[in-house]
Order: sequence, then structure tokens, then C-alpha cells
Amino acid sequence: MNNSSLRQKYLKKLSGKTLFTQGDAACAYGAIYAGCDFFAGYPITPASEIAELLSLELPKVDAYCVQMEDEIASIASVIGAVWAGGKAMTATSGPGFSLMQECIGYAVMTETPCVIIDVQRSGPSTGQATKPAQGDIMQARWGTHGDHEIIAIAPNSVQECLSLTIECFNLSEEYRTPVILLTDGEIGHLREKIVMPDPNDIKLTHRRYARKSEVIFGGRLIPPMIEYGKGTFSHVTGSTHKESGMRDVQTQSVHEKLITRIYAKIDKNREKIIRVEKDFIPDAEYAVVAYGATSRPAKGAVIKARKAKKKIDFLRLITIWPFPRNEIRELGNRVKKIFVPEMNLGQISREIERFVHCEVVPISKIGGIAHSIDETYEAINE
Amino acid sequence: MIIPSKDFKPDKKAKFFEVTIDEDFCKGCGICTDFCPKSVFESSNKINPRGYYQPRIKQEGECTGCKLCELLCPELAIIITEKKIHE
Amino acid sequence: MNKKHPLVKYLREEMLPTVFCPGCGGGTVLNVYAHAINELGIDPATIVSVTGIGCSSWIPSPYYKTDTLHVLHGRAIAFATGVKIKKPDLKVIVIAGDGDIAAIGGNHLIHAARRNIDLTVFLINNSIYAMTGGQVAPSTPQGVPTTTTPYGNPEPNFDFTQLAIAAGACYAARWTTYHVFHLLKSMKKAIIKKGFSFIEIISQCPVSYGKMVGMRTASDFLRLYKETSVNVKKAALMKEEELENKIIIGEFVDKEREEFTEALRNINKRLFINK
Repeated sequence: MNNSSLRQKYLKKLSGKTLFTQGDAACAYGAIYAGCDFFAGYPITPASEIAELLSLELPKVDAYCVQMEDEIASIASVIGAVWAGGKAMTATSGPGFSLMQECIGYAVMTETPCVIIDVQRSGPSTGQATKPAQGDIMQARWGTHGDHEIIAIAPNSVQECLSLTIECFNLSEEYRTPVILLTDGEIGHLREKIVMPDPNDIKLTHRRYARKSEVIFGGRLIPPMIEYGKGTFSHVTGSTHKESGMRDVQTQSVHEKLITRIYAKIDKNREKIIRVEKDFIPDAEYAVVAYGATSRPAKGAVIKARKAKKKIDFLRLITIWPFPRNEIRELGNRVKKIFVPEMNLGQISREIERFVHCEVVPISKIGGIAHSIDETYEAINE
Repeated sequence: MIIPSKDFKPDKKAKFFEVTIDEDFCKGCGICTDFCPKSVFESSNKINPRGYYQPRIKQEGECTGCKLCELLCPELAIIITEKKIHE
Repeated sequence: MNKKHPLVKYLREEMLPTVFCPGCGGGTVLNVYAHAINELGIDPATIVSVTGIGCSSWIPSPYYKTDTLHVLHGRAIAFATGVKIKKPDLKVIVIAGDGDIAAIGGNHLIHAARRNIDLTVFLINNSIYAMTGGQVAPSTPQGVPTTTTPYGNPEPNFDFTQLAIAAGACYAARWTTYHVFHLLKSMKKAIIKKGFSFIEIISQCPVSYGKMVGMRTASDFLRLYKETSVNVKKAALMKEEELENKIIIGEFVDKEREEFTEALRNINKRLFINK
């Protein structure tokens, strides 16, 4: 049976249905909508549910879900499957994400489109395994060694888990890069009502394949891909390589050209990639910037503050990386204080400080319990 | 010298081999010289274009075509080909 | 024009001559491998070579011309698993060194063997981490000095073939770079065998390892391999003391069992039959 018609049938059955389900499950469905045909993972709270649902559903669309021996093997086999022509994803949490960093760097260097879901939990180390946090923000940016840009996006609802997972796949194909879905244990295990989209309404970005004469590691800002087994005799390597893919670690200009191009792929396309949710009011004096699970009580606190006649802007970051520095600069010029509630000790607030001259006040809460509207409101009010 | 008689017919099963060393690839490791069961090769002072002391083909006629040297060579620098016998 | 070996057509010619040290066993493995593919008549366009980091990794990356995936140290088998599951019709062959496959990559080796995924793995055992200058490896015999065990290696070394067998390999063999004809035959078998096929190839490193044990030519090693090798069938009848310092070579296991990608396909097929 034709795989794509199987998948269309499957999605048509889901189309329009209302589900009451977890963020993790929505991520899994999002992957199926996006055309994911290979998932490899390793059990880890709070991400295991993604693998569990995919192991049930992917075979129904003649796709494969495997549990590998560890997180490294999971991301490695995902990358291998992509070069064999697949659309592949893995899901994990903080400790697994740490293990995957070398392979994520490999995906960056070889420009392999793939999706990594990090359902963040309380760390460092084993930490509070079953409790949510937002502590991997900087790890998503700099976890792997060397100069690189990365795309990471943060959903704040179960519905967004579905739609943003699809977005991750699209971004990965558009920019030929690994993309991270930075969700958290709060959203991952949150149950909400979602509406399953009509597959015809979903726009998917398709992989561009090289024509005979085209090189796959140069020639243009975002080169085309190949698929193994088509007689291209391609050489893919994590070492510094020429446009043909052959290693050249000795020539300075080869490395510089390669790394700056890979960096520019994302850096030069910031405007196209970055998404934020602005809720600005005239003459605002303060602002709250939030993302992920924290953005919901943060929004509630802003609404409460505005009811109390406070002039307060609200900015939700959907894209975490590349960092929405222009939007933050704009905000910094509008207000005298920016509050940043986060379930960490100040990772995004630190980044915001780089781009504004006004005061930045982190509202940190760690320990696995999300901010409440009241305590966020109290902190803004001080 | 041994001269065959007029009605001598060569044994059709007898084979003769041409031994060639690729001068661009040979690194003078000496494996072929040390392991050829028929001592076809010997070390020499000839320096090949890559700067290695290349072995010399001492007695090509002794080659039995066993191809041990061809397979052992780390550089695919030895080519053993069967010579066609003129009938 | 210098005559080239006809099998050079299977290599990425623009990268030749090789960077292998003179007499490197890795070169011999490349040679035998090229013969194997040629004799089997397999179209190299249907092969994906996966390798990690080390001297042995140069065999597929860049020398042998196929689709090549040159990955991180130790992870070749994990990446290869993804390639094979997605495209089971391609021959996926992993050629890498002992440190790469069985030290840092040990976990992936044993699970791939356990799963019986249809991969062919050639583990090239030169008893050392050669590329980085001669550090001790799990393949280095006890007592040998290396750059990181200057007082002598305190650890015993692995028997990689037994490791693969214990993990479930369907085909497991060990040869040396002296036994090229046996190796050629064995490679051909391993490549076409469906299931996890493993060959450990004892290979000479006259430079990084040779300097540690005072054997500076390839021929020194090959003579040692020739003199100390015992066939596995004969070894089975010998006493343990007789086998000390011997290299046991031969085909240890050649069996059949359900292959992993087939098991995955069967799960999907059953879903459609039941529909």
C-alpha cells in the first residue's frame, strides 16, 4: 500500500476531531502530520509518552518507531535515516539532551534536517526527574561545541505542541538544520482540548534534492540534499569539508567558508524564522517577556495588572533561538523595566540584558512548580 | 638452453604472468618482497616518484599467479595479469 | 602512463595514493574489500559505507567509493542502524577500528548484534589507538607500554569476536591481514549474509603499535600472524596453555535468525492484514 495515501487516510480520519490529550501526544500527532517516517528514542520522563504514542501510531502509516539502547543511538539513527531519505525525529529530556549534543553538532555540521524534542525537566543532572523546568535554554543554544546557530521554538499549549512540531519539520527542511522543540514537563503532561487539523490545510516544506551537477555542501546559502542509494556516491562527514563533501581540515579558508555559511543560513534569515506574540499597549512603562509554560500565568498576571491600571506590555517568545533581539530591542526602547518569569535562574533574562538598556528583572522559580498568576503579579507589582 | 622438438605442443594449462608495480602508489613496505613464495621481487635502491625505495621485479618468469602479493599490498600497487600464450 | 590496478575504479581516485603508513594493514583490508565487492558483482551504488574516526575509517572515508557516512567516534553502528531501517534494500557496511567500534562504540555493537540488524561490520584490530599517536586500547595486550600506559598496560584485552558472538551475531569470524584469501572469502560471505555479520581483522600497525613492541616492519607482523594463528576448529581440541599467545582465526559462528528490519516490516504488515 502506498505510504502517503495511507498517511492521508489516517489523517483524514483524525481531521476535525476534538481530543482531550497531553502535550506529548500532540507532539507525536504533529510529527505524523509533518510526514515523519522514523522515530528513535529512549525512555525518559517526561518525554516517554511521545515515543509510546508514536510506537502505536507510526506503524499504522507504515512508518517505523524504534527504541534504541541510549539517547546517543537515538539521535544517531535519526540522522542516518534522514540521509537515507527519511523525515526523522527524536524526543528526550534534559539528561538525554545532554547526551545528544555531539550528534546535534554533527547534524549542524552536515546540515541534516531533523527534529529533536526536549521536554525540559528540573536539573542539573537527574534533578527532579518528574518535575518541569525551563533549564535547557542555553543548552539548546550552546550545548554542542563550536560556532553554530540553532533554531529552537517553545510551545505554550497542547495545540501548539501539534502545530509547532509541524513547524519544526518545516524549518528543518527549509534551512537544512536540526531544529529543537523546547517544550517542558508542564506542557508535555498538561491535558487540554485540541482540534485536529485538516491535513489539506497543513503546508509542508519539502526537501530539495540536488540535480546532477549540484554540490550538496555549498554552491548557495542553503544547498540541496541527496538521498543515499541514488548513485550519487556522496561523502557526508562531520569533519570540515569542501563543497563536494570531501574532507579538508588543513585549509583555513575552507573551514571559514563552511562555518560562516552554516551560521548565515539561520542568521541571515532571522526575520523569516522568528515568531513572537506581541501584546503591546500605548505608553507602556513595564513589560513582561515569557515563553513556554510560564507564558500562561505570565499573561494572566499581565491581565490582572492591566485591570489594576498598570501600563504593561506582554511579549511571548515563540522562537527562542535565533533570539528575537530586534523585538527585544524595540521593547527595551518602550519601557523602563522588563520582567522575565522563568522556571530557571535566569537564562532568557540574561540574553535580554544584552540587547536593552532598561532594567531586566528575572522572576525565577525553580523546584518543579510552575509560576502562579498571583505570585507573578506580586513580583511585577513590587 | 633447452629447445623443444618440432612436434612439441605447449601444455595448455601452463600460465605465465606479467608482474607490474605501480610506481605512483608503491611505498616500499617490503611485504611483497618478504612473502612472495617464488622470490619474484627483491629490494632495490631505486627511488620511485613518491620517494620510496621500490622493490625490483627480479624474476617475473617465476610468478605462478598466486596473487598473494597483489592481495597483501596495502596500496593496490601490484598488478598480476595473465599473459596470453601464442598458440 | 603508470599502469593502475583495475580495482582502483572502485576507489575515489582523486584521493589516492593513500595516506596509510607504508605497510599499514588497513591498506590490505581496503584491497581485499575491493576484491570482495568486485567478485560479488555488487553495484557500489547500492552500498552505504558508515565509519567513525581512526586510521581504519579511511578505508570507506574517503577511499572506497560508495555513498559514505563518516560520523562521530564510536557511533558508526548507531548511524548505520538508521540508514538500514529506512532503506533496507541497501547494503550497509561498517568498517572501522577496534577503539571506534568496541570501546566508545561498544554499546552500539552489542545491541546491533542482539537485534540482528542486517549490517556487515569489519572491525579492524590493530591493538592501539594509532591515529592519535599510540594510546592504549581495549585491544592492547596486557603489559604493553603505550603513550598512556608508560609502565605497561595493566588491563587485559578484549576478545571482540567472542563479544560479538555473545551479543548474538549471526556470522562471526576472525582473520588477519596475512590470511588474505580466507579474509576475501569470509568478507564475501559476510556481505551477502542477511543478519548481523561481524569480522574481526587483526591488522598490522608498524608505526604506532610497532614502536611499542619493537616490530617496525609490516613483514614482522605478518610473520607473527602466520606463525601464531590457529584455526578455530583445531583450537577447540587444544589445551588452554597451548593456546596462550595464539591468534584463533576462522569462522566461529554462521547461523540464521530473524533479522531486525524484517521484524519491523512484519509488524506493519500484520496491521494491514488485520484491517
